[in-house]
Amino acid sequence: MPEMKKTREGWGKGLVALGDENPNVVVLTADLNGSTMCNFFAEKYPERFVQVGIAEQNMMCVAAGLSLTGKVPFLATYGAFASTRSLDQIRITVAYSNLNVKIGGAHGGISVGPDGATHQAMEEFAIIRSIPNMTVICPSDIHETRKATIAAGNTFGPFYLRFGRENVPVVTNEDTPFQIGKAIEMASGSDLTIIACGMMVYEALVAAEELGKNGISARVLNMHTIKPIDREAIIKACEETGAIVTAEEHQIHGGLGGAVSEVVVQNSPVPMELVAVKDRFGKSGKPSELMKAFGLTSKEIIEASQKVLKRKK
Amino acid sequence: MRKKLNIDELKAKALEVRRDIITMLTYAGSGHSGGSLSSTDYGTALFFNEMNIDPKNPEYSERDMWFFSIGHVTPVIYSLMAESGYFEKNALLKFRKLDGFLEGHPCKAHVPGIECSGGSLGQGLSVAVGAALGSRMDKHSRRVYAICGDGELQEGQIWEAVMFAAHYKLDNICVFVDYNRKQIDGDVEDIMGIHPLDEKFRSFNWNVITIDGHNFEEILAALEEAKNTKGKPTVILGNTIMGKGVSFMEDLHTWHGNPPNKEQAEIACKELGTTLEEWTTHLENN
Repeated sequence: MPEMKKTREGWGKGLVALGDENPNVVVLTADLNGSTMCNFFAEKYPERFVQVGIAEQNMMCVAAGLSLTGKVPFLATYGAFASTRSLDQIRITVAYSNLNVKIGGAHGGISVGPDGATHQAMEEFAIIRSIPNMTVICPSDIHETRKATIAAGNTFGPFYLRFGRENVPVVTNEDTPFQIGKAIEMASGSDLTIIACGMMVYEALVAAEELGKNGISARVLNMHTIKPIDREAIIKACEETGAIVTAEEHQIHGGLGGAVSEVVVQNSPVPMELVAVKDRFGKSGKPSELMKAFGLTSKEIIEASQKVLKRKK
Repeated sequence: MRKKLNIDELKAKALEVRRDIITMLTYAGSGHSGGSLSSTDYGTALFFNEMNIDPKNPEYSERDMWFFSIGHVTPVIYSLMAESGYFEKNALLKFRKLDGFLEGHPCKAHVPGIECSGGSLGQGLSVAVGAALGSRMDKHSRRVYAICGDGELQEGQIWEAVMFAAHYKLDNICVFVDYNRKQIDGDVEDIMGIHPLDEKFRSFNWNVITIDGHNFEEILAALEEAKNTKGKPTVILGNTIMGKGVSFMEDLHTWHGNPPNKEQAEIACKELGTTLEEWTTHLENN
């Protein structure tokens, strides 16, 4: 088994690293300081930490106001709230104004577990990426989340970062280069390409290894940036491998699979299969049980790969 | 340092602003008359007496900040901006037009000086509160001014911001409520009552000042009191009249979101001491 760590810890550590370098970095939370791991920052820089109470809409706009005075505000709440309850505030105040606000959507995906459907954010990519000016990132592990957080802090504009609650396999290391909008090739291959984000990158790697045992050479792309998506890497994958499978812990409509499809059909059409949550709400259960029950494991990626290869001309 | 207008000059400026509002709405063929005219006097006091702003240099670091949380009153916002020099007055004639830059609701990207885009009610106050907190973190001496509608206070987010400002004891923010008692569907108290507003704000630990929102002496005195109030935010409840200054618009909710037609505009301009043609020419040449 690989090392297991929480992506949210990467967010927390990234905030502290940013705070160390930039006195304008401020952090806000809506009564979820501990679970979003903003507390690392809050303890070190209490004068730059803003507790907003249970008021996500206000938090979004307070962050916007802080940004107007030159602050670099990072806010965190559960993605289920950030991407929906304060959506109007994101769309009009933050994105339309193109403000330097960084939104942390914690506890993303079904892997939140026993809290059930209300707290399992699985629509954020579709919702947020449809809004102009927004950048959307879903890092794969603790290191990548830390780097993505720091990169967001050093890049002007509104960002949405999705990270999870549970320990997930560490698939990159401290030194893996991270660039916004640039996919990382995690495994080389020529028969098909598996494009994944978040904790599904690990599942994609497991699937690729299994496929390899059967003589199928699968490339794995870690598409940590959902928007702006790495068109170049997708088109290259179409041309060089001729088939695509996407894998994400998100609804099947409008997420990573949708974003990749948009590039594929307009540039170099090849058969595609999408591994995602099939247009249904989540439910309570253990994270590992839910990943299986909702078809988000290497098994489904392998099946999708076999299916897509049959469709490949 | 910009010259501060005295009371007589403010009255004269407010008259010009009202002429701008009627004229730009007439050419736009759509837009919000009622709230623009009811908040004209307070806005004029802010832009021409109270605030430290540099319209030629909107990003001026020492500036006070202003936020119209009621984004739909763009006629008064743009008129105040043009009259104080943020952009040429002739731009007002292309309000809401594809080849103009003055959007129906405020857009930061198009108009330097607009701090934040807005138009979905209830958001601007939170932005203002955030700007007030950020300014205090920097020990910046600026003051932050927010203008809210009375109907807008029905939005839940307003009270989140009200609670926040009091909790953080933000005494560098001053909020004006354009209390014209009308909203698009009718009387505020019939649609969704907000009375008693003064007690509501007081119970949220705000300093509350109630004034006649068309009386410049009272407006300036209230702004002075707000500056001298420490440890809590101030709200000025400005009793105003929807459509103020144009007889056939006054106190009628039907003028919330409608412009005058040409004939109505002629009557309005006459009441405001000009003609549509004269004021159009004035705007074209300035």
